[in-house]
Amino acid sequence: MNKQLVAFEQIGISFNGRTLLDGIDMSISEGEIVTLIGPNGSGKSTLIRILLGLQAATSGEVVRHKTLRIGYMPQKLHIDPTLPLTVKHFLALVRGVDKHQILPTLETLGIAHLIHSQVHVLSGGETQRVLLARALLNKPNLLVLDEPVQGVDVNGQVELYNLIEGIRDELGCGVLMVSHDLHLVMAKTDTVVCINQHVCCSGSPQHVTGHPAYQALFGVPGADESIAIYAHQHDHVHGEHGSILSGDDDTHANCNH
Amino acid sequence: MLDLLFRALLGGLGVAAVAGPLGAFVVWRRMAYFGDTLAHSALLGVALGFLFDINLNLAIIVLCVGLALVLVMLQKKHIIATDTLLGILAHSALSLGLVAVSFLDNIRIDLMAYLFGDLLAISQTDVYWIYGGGLAVITLLVVFWKPLLAMTVNEELAKVEGYPVEAIRLLLMLLVALVIAVAMKIVGVLLITSLMIIPAATARKLSKTPVQMASMASLIGCLSVCGGLWASYQWDTPTGPSVVVCAAFLFLIAYTLPIQRLKYFNN
Repeated sequence: MNKQLVAFEQIGISFNGRTLLDGIDMSISEGEIVTLIGPNGSGKSTLIRILLGLQAATSGEVVRHKTLRIGYMPQKLHIDPTLPLTVKHFLALVRGVDKHQILPTLETLGIAHLIHSQVHVLSGGETQRVLLARALLNKPNLLVLDEPVQGVDVNGQVELYNLIEGIRDELGCGVLMVSHDLHLVMAKTDTVVCINQHVCCSGSPQHVTGHPAYQALFGVPGADESIAIYAHQHDHVHGEHGSILSGDDDTHANCNH
Repeated sequence: MLDLLFRALLGGLGVAAVAGPLGAFVVWRRMAYFGDTLAHSALLGVALGFLFDINLNLAIIVLCVGLALVLVMLQKKHIIATDTLLGILAHSALSLGLVAVSFLDNIRIDLMAYLFGDLLAISQTDVYWIYGGGLAVITLLVVFWKPLLAMTVNEELAKVEGYPVEAIRLLLMLLVALVIAVAMKIVGVLLITSLMIIPAATARKLSKTPVQMASMASLIGCLSVCGGLWASYQWDTPTGPSVVVCAAFLFLIAYTLPIQRLKYFNN
């Protein structure tokens, strides 16, 4: 059994009487890729921020292993255009970084040629890789990736997910990912946790996609995505089964089995 | 006369050298209005200094630092939008300063000199203050350069990587307060921010790294002081505004003439 890096125990957070998260239980171990999914406003990012220590939970506890060292890749990078900054200088800002590691890390990620580029002119995919490099240079045993493929085209997304899986295999670190994209990410994930204020369902990708709570939020796999994903912003109904699927899902209901 | 000019030049160069790198941070972090607010409150410091008969430089520093701390606290409480808060504080402090000055009947204050600066009125003690304070600021900047820059680039990343972000943010505000306190003699409360921002903005055009921009800003600031002083000597113009006009002129040159365009791409 791999070492457990982080465990959320009954994490809850509420603002002005509005509950953002409630009773979240979840854990991540070394070598495990956990993907957090959920609709907009479901509290995914809030949960990540609690883990990173950027926000305090109002109830519950985050149990961190004493060796825990996080490499964080934010959703996007905004650097004021008045600040001239090359990729190399950006990466040299990592606290206690070994500067000799910068180039090899960039090589691993296939962006060594960008080392002297200004950070403002990178494409979406390049920016994500530079951010990943920064996370790696912090020598993490847990990578926290907030929507790592945002603004990247489909081919680039597949490449990035492959890269992340490769890093996990090489470093043996745990990976916690927040994702919108269900299909691509599923293939690379050990555990999927679907949240919407609370944990709706969790388990292997196959288990979760078959779960009615998941289907209520994201539709039936194989159904028309453009309609099914995010078509249902309402909370799912506890204990209900097929009855919460909407009309257009019914027509495809057979595809699931 | 030459002695006077030399002292003015010495003081001006000292201030410009420090204002440059700090101005870069003010530009990067969009703190211009914050700088203005502190600067405007400096006049109140002068009035209080006269009133309680304490060293003026000290009075200004204490007031600026105090106001910076109050600002940080108020900002955290999110009572009101930051720019509104700054607007209220800036102009209340300036007005309060003017009102306080009017109560000082028995002391004649050259208000114009405090508002717009008078490089030629610089005393030997002022030069010591400028170089003492300047040295302290530069030393702190060099020592804390990496955390300051890491926080400026991305506060959340810096925090996750273990930088003490809150403390560093406070340090930066204190540094700005310190620079404003020592610089107000030179260009006055209304023009200090420009001496920080304009050279830094000019330097942006010519630099590829943060260190380059910071040092270039120092250099451009020093050039502006020389130019302004020379113009003031030549045409008998007010020194503070002359320095700012000179800085603005250099800015225009940098952005209109096709000199070494910043190369965004690889080499």
